[in-house]
Amino acid sequence: MIALDSLLVDDLLWAPLLIVLVKVLIVFVVGLLATMLMVWFERKAIAGMQNRIGPNKTGPFGILQTLADGIKLFFKEDLFPTRADRFVFALAPFLSFVPAFLSFAIIPLGGDFRDGSSGEVTLFGQVTRIQLADPPIGVLFALAISSIAVYGIMLAGWSSGSKYPLLGSVRASAQMVSYEAALGLSLACVLLLAGTLSTSGIVAAQSTITDWHFISTGIVPFVIFLIAATAELNRPPFDLVEAEQELVGGFNTEYSSIRFALFYLAEFMNTVTMSALIVTLFFGGPQPLAIGNFVFDIPLLPNALEGTVWLLAKILVFLYMYIWFRATLPRLRYDQLMDLGWKLLIPASLGWFMLLAAQRLGRQNGWNIIVVTGVSIVVLVACYVLLQAAITRSARERETQGTMF
Amino acid sequence: MEFFVFVCAAIMVLLGAVGVIVRKHPVHAALSLVLTLFGVAVLFVSQEAHFLAAVQVIVYAGAIVVLFLFVIMLLGVDRVENLRTEPLTAQRPLAIITCLGLVGVLVAAIVNGSGVLNERGEGIKLPDLQNGPDANTVQLAESIFSKYVVAFEVTSVLLVIAVVGTVLLTRKTKSSTGSQTK
Repeated sequence: MIALDSLLVDDLLWAPLLIVLVKVLIVFVVGLLATMLMVWFERKAIAGMQNRIGPNKTGPFGILQTLADGIKLFFKEDLFPTRADRFVFALAPFLSFVPAFLSFAIIPLGGDFRDGSSGEVTLFGQVTRIQLADPPIGVLFALAISSIAVYGIMLAGWSSGSKYPLLGSVRASAQMVSYEAALGLSLACVLLLAGTLSTSGIVAAQSTITDWHFISTGIVPFVIFLIAATAELNRPPFDLVEAEQELVGGFNTEYSSIRFALFYLAEFMNTVTMSALIVTLFFGGPQPLAIGNFVFDIPLLPNALEGTVWLLAKILVFLYMYIWFRATLPRLRYDQLMDLGWKLLIPASLGWFMLLAAQRLGRQNGWNIIVVTGVSIVVLVACYVLLQAAITRSARERETQGTMF
Repeated sequence: MEFFVFVCAAIMVLLGAVGVIVRKHPVHAALSLVLTLFGVAVLFVSQEAHFLAAVQVIVYAGAIVVLFLFVIMLLGVDRVENLRTEPLTAQRPLAIITCLGLVGVLVAAIVNGSGVLNERGEGIKLPDLQNGPDANTVQLAESIFSKYVVAFEVTSVLLVIAVVGTVLLTRKTKSSTGSQTK
């Protein structure tokens, strides 16, 4: 059987089927609600940081603002530019929106992973996970989905048949392909330590705070992953795709009505999903905060439900951080963006991955771990010097000979 | 069930493949290619080769076709090409000869290896509750990085050589641009 959920091993009966359907429904509704609240949260938090009030008319604290905006957009006129490629133009918003929801399916949303528990819960006599799907390829699914998501933005810009959106989409494709390499390499560090691709396995490997991959991989992969993920999301300071000062509105300039709303929702949904993925990979997902043998236990709640509370709390921290980025950091210039990706993040993540792999090999063969680390660091420093020499040389030649293609 | 999945995926693959050739617009042709690649990924999943399916989507659909589209958009060739003009006069007859040759080689290979096609070899380790979720990935990694490690490394060297060669060929020499320097 393909599925690893113990729920789906035996013959399919109506009870497991019903549980799966309910899970799909819950993940979809929670996803939509989270997006709605995230839009409100971002507007409100940024307003606070800029000494404004923000949305405050619709509902308590303006919490229904997104709903009102959505209803308004629904009734707006749906425009097709004359020079647009009609089929692709209509397809692009969905290519952007659907992947945003799909990758939420592999995030463990709760369950008890303490003391070596597998995170499975019993619902109506059926053993299952609080997670829509746990495919054998695990996090690779999220990578595959995020590499599909670029089509939405690319095709939207191209099919509009207009200059500025096209520029936006060309930027988007270059940026997302560049940063995917750094994203994958820093993810590989986590996989190296966890020894599994499955998201529930990765969560189960992080029981105490020192086991959290954020610490056990040595912080550098987390920082690289965070930067690469922000670039992958096209959020500030990497939002060159929709740089208003340069590109009017970016890839979605020609879109209106509900098609525009789909892009807007997808952007925020991606932010929520990516935060959840960061928490799952580096911060123990639904695992409670535990230092040594001491566990911060929330009283009166069953452990499985407590996992959901911890997950939500951790995700909120990252959502706030993304909003903070938007309010604080100025946008990068295009050449700075490419330099950061290719000359810093990719070599750094590759080097760190090699260091972790050498340590792992040393531990496996019983070598002296300090010697292994020392030798690896010397090799990495030599590589860094070589890389810097190459970069300086090419910069000097460009200076004297001009750019050549 | 497997037959049903196979038929759907095969239809996807064939539609995409025909689309790549028939669609006149380069962007539409590239999108048809994505359809084919997805169909192949579905076939991989139905054969329980999950890792290959993921790599198929990440590398081919997610990176290579994106680069195709990037180049098409960047160079601005995204308009219908006139197929009547021929930059190389002999290309049509040559294409037919190459096609026939390829079909011949494929048929010969299938006829020659018909016995091998029905064997399953060692078979892949399926990810299930006993083997753990990563059985398939581990098996693939073991064969690539121990048994076939030389072939794997040589292939990567070949790719690097191809990249360096392309840069070298397209780079203008200093003498041709030297007159423009200040």
